[in-house]
Amino acid sequence: MEHLVKEELTFRDFETDQDVRWCPGCGDYAILKSVQKVMPVIGKEKEDIVFISGIGCSSRFPYYMNTYGFHTIHGRAPAFATGVKLANPNLSVWQVTGDGDALAIGGNHYIHVLRRNIDINILLFNNEIYGLTKGQFSPTSQTGIKTKSSPQGTVDRSFNPGKLALGAEANFFARVIDIDPKRMSEVMIESEKHKGTSLIEILQNCIIFNDKVFANVTAKDVKLDKQLWLKHGEPMIFGADQNKGIILNGLKLEVVTIGENGITEADILVHDAYCEDNTLHNMLISMAIPEFPVAFGIIRQVKGASFDENVWNQIAEEKTNAKFNSVDELMNSGVTWEI
Amino acid sequence: MSKKVEDIDQVVIKFAGDSGDGMQLTGTQFSNTTAFIGNDLATFPDFPAEIRAPQGTVAGVSGFKIQFGSNRVFSPGDEADILIAMNPAALLANIDWIKDRGTIIVDSDNFKIKDFEKAGYKSNPLEDETLAGYNVIEAPITKLTKESVADCEIENKFRSRSKNMFALGIVYWLFSRPLKVTEDYLDVKFGKVPEIAKANKQALKAGYNYALTVELLPSSYKVKAASLPAGKYRSIMGNEATAWGLMAAAERADLNIFLGTYPITPASDILHELSKYKNFNIVTLQAEDEIAGICAAIGASFAGSLAVTSTSGPGLALKGEAIGLAMMTELPIVVIDVQRGGPSTGLPTKTEQSDLLQSVYGRNGESPVIVIAASTPSNCFDFAYMAAKLAVEHMTPVILLSDGFIANGAEPWKIKSTATMPDINPAFAEEGDADWSPYVRSEDKLNRTWAKPGTKGLEHRIGGLEKQAITGNVSYDPNNHEEMVKVRAEKVARVANFIPELEFNGDENADLLVVGWGGTYGGLHTAVSSMLTEEKSIAHAHFNFINPLPKNTAEVFAKFKKIVVCELNNGQFVKLLQSELPQFDYLQYNKIQGLPFSKGQLMQEFNNLIEA
Repeated sequence: MEHLVKEELTFRDFETDQDVRWCPGCGDYAILKSVQKVMPVIGKEKEDIVFISGIGCSSRFPYYMNTYGFHTIHGRAPAFATGVKLANPNLSVWQVTGDGDALAIGGNHYIHVLRRNIDINILLFNNEIYGLTKGQFSPTSQTGIKTKSSPQGTVDRSFNPGKLALGAEANFFARVIDIDPKRMSEVMIESEKHKGTSLIEILQNCIIFNDKVFANVTAKDVKLDKQLWLKHGEPMIFGADQNKGIILNGLKLEVVTIGENGITEADILVHDAYCEDNTLHNMLISMAIPEFPVAFGIIRQVKGASFDENVWNQIAEEKTNAKFNSVDELMNSGVTWEI
Repeated sequence: MSKKVEDIDQVVIKFAGDSGDGMQLTGTQFSNTTAFIGNDLATFPDFPAEIRAPQGTVAGVSGFKIQFGSNRVFSPGDEADILIAMNPAALLANIDWIKDRGTIIVDSDNFKIKDFEKAGYKSNPLEDETLAGYNVIEAPITKLTKESVADCEIENKFRSRSKNMFALGIVYWLFSRPLKVTEDYLDVKFGKVPEIAKANKQALKAGYNYALTVELLPSSYKVKAASLPAGKYRSIMGNEATAWGLMAAAERADLNIFLGTYPITPASDILHELSKYKNFNIVTLQAEDEIAGICAAIGASFAGSLAVTSTSGPGLALKGEAIGLAMMTELPIVVIDVQRGGPSTGLPTKTEQSDLLQSVYGRNGESPVIVIAASTPSNCFDFAYMAAKLAVEHMTPVILLSDGFIANGAEPWKIKSTATMPDINPAFAEEGDADWSPYVRSEDKLNRTWAKPGTKGLEHRIGGLEKQAITGNVSYDPNNHEEMVKVRAEKVARVANFIPELEFNGDENADLLVVGWGGTYGGLHTAVSSMLTEEKSIAHAHFNFINPLPKNTAEVFAKFKKIVVCELNNGQFVKLLQSELPQFDYLQYNKIQGLPFSKGQLMQEFNNLIEA
């Protein structure tokens, strides 16, 4: 019996002939590699994948992906991605953006794309700095940071992309790290499977303008104690000795040590990514050092109808109730008269 | 009792009341009935930006003017033969625009001291000399409306609300119009609340019977059907025609429409209209802002839809960067600007032609796009169709200029058959074309092809960075940039080979050529036609194609001694002509009052220019 073997794609099929022009050592390289490795396993043909970006270092991404790609306008990528997906819901649409593109100039589109829940994947490269314009602070930069545009240190408050996303009713939020390609890839595959807007915040190191900004979370010597990798259905345990855990004490989260003060593993919170209520997800997203580890992995993953699905279902419904089958029929309807 | 019936050719009626009085509905119903019985007509709705401006004040007056007749009608006319004023403010706002010895019908129940003082009258205009010389009909419309609906089971606050229908009934009798079109409309509109439908119909009938009975109205009038070309007609408004033109184009081109937009006066009705017909595979996205509206549309264009965005002046300003991207990536999109009074927020509900230079030049970098303009409510259909055709065949943004006047105006329309519209051949790239590259161009139009995602083997990247010719790869090469700027300009310039030539109405070699563009067609045509019947040496050329200009423009201009460019702005098209065709001298006639041209003023101006 003959087998119809589908041509196997590899990551090489997703490389383009364009020179990659990020700075040597930029975190973007690792993300690009991960994405190119993920593409062959998401079950889509190359021609059915589209990468959309705005403006910024991260937004050069589409030029390096051998799929359909569109490098658009600063901040507006969610709107372009919305148009692409609505026009052809069969496409797998990936939006690549940065903290300036998504959260400063594009803040409005960021909240509305999440609110509508259109079925696209958003990769938010958060390096807490403006790279392409050479080093100004961004909306996620920590207060007090000294940059070219804030020589005395910023007095701006920063915001947290995940909390903003949940405020906009996001159904899927994950956080990963550029230097952890394995877990980044796993999360990307899950994001593609998720119906609705999937937002992945990638902590990405800008080697030139904000080097080591995440080192206190990602460095080898601290990472086990400072990273809590969440998995649905598993207890929130972390630490070099796997003996630290998160509990809910009243209305607050608290870090505890298993085996101390009578705490056992049974006391530790079990991650429920599927919970509709996002209160606990918000608290997990907000955890920050030094008091807490930083939460990673898929923090929220709630099912719901996607916007594109709803739009096309409504069109299908309208077809069954259609009063007119052609524009000519419409134009000849209503009050008409002969002369 | 039967009354006298007089035959007349042409009438202008103005309905005016508070913005909550339903004057737009009343005017629209009168127009539909008038079109239905075969008169030609043109309408002009004129209303405040506020939904419910302070009651009883001049600022809150909403008006609807209609000119109809047994001859061709091209404009809503200047001064009204008949004014229906629902309150003193409506009277005050319109009194200067009534013909001498014209008829004024007022709701006399609304002329108490507090009413006329609120409007700004010091004494009751019905009792002093204000209305001397007019034929004034004082009808207790509010009281009679309440009586007419006494048996309807409706809330008390609704009892006087049908007074607009009572007033309409009076006017229907006055011009021998049937009630049926409006009665049918009310049955459908209030299908779910039959008592409201009943109240409105009873008020309409009561108004009609009142006019038939009272001695105040000496006669009714008959305006014979106009001699329009034979065929099937309907009434159509500009924004509706724009939506239908796009739908016809999408059907003929076998494309889905994607409208990405944000509500803005006076363009929102295009969104409303397209949203009704999703069964034609129309996606309408009411986006979070103007920018997202056009960006989503460009995304849909990239994916192979007929992309449309609709807006007005302030929105066009916000969309500028995105239009530049569509121009750079050479993706088709129709950008509809229903112009209103500017600058800034300006006069949202008033008409103006002041976005022309913004349309032609208002983007960063060298970014030419096609700019065309509709000129009547019904030809919004043709130019929306044309905009779609040019966009998908030439692979470029097309800005379609409409304006508040033609967008909200209505006229009878001989229904077109989509089969008679020109073919549309979108420039799609085909799977398996080995020589394909994103920026390979056609020889005649210089357009690139449209390779939509989902097409195997044509994966490619585009964006706002400068492109290498042929490959479309990012390029900073100086010579390539210059070449690409020039080829994009040439591509738009060559559109002149694919559009109709400029025509003119009137005598070749006349002393004066009147030049206009867009929505002023009706006003200019009416004035020039009138002067031609007086054997004045005048002609009229009207532009629908702004960028590029028709190829024979210079040839037409060269025939005339003087050229006057008439615009509802401070002189924008004239600047374009001065720069494109500097060999001619241009006179200007500009009006910047948020109002259309008036025939009387135009004729006076043209006569002066001919004699000067």
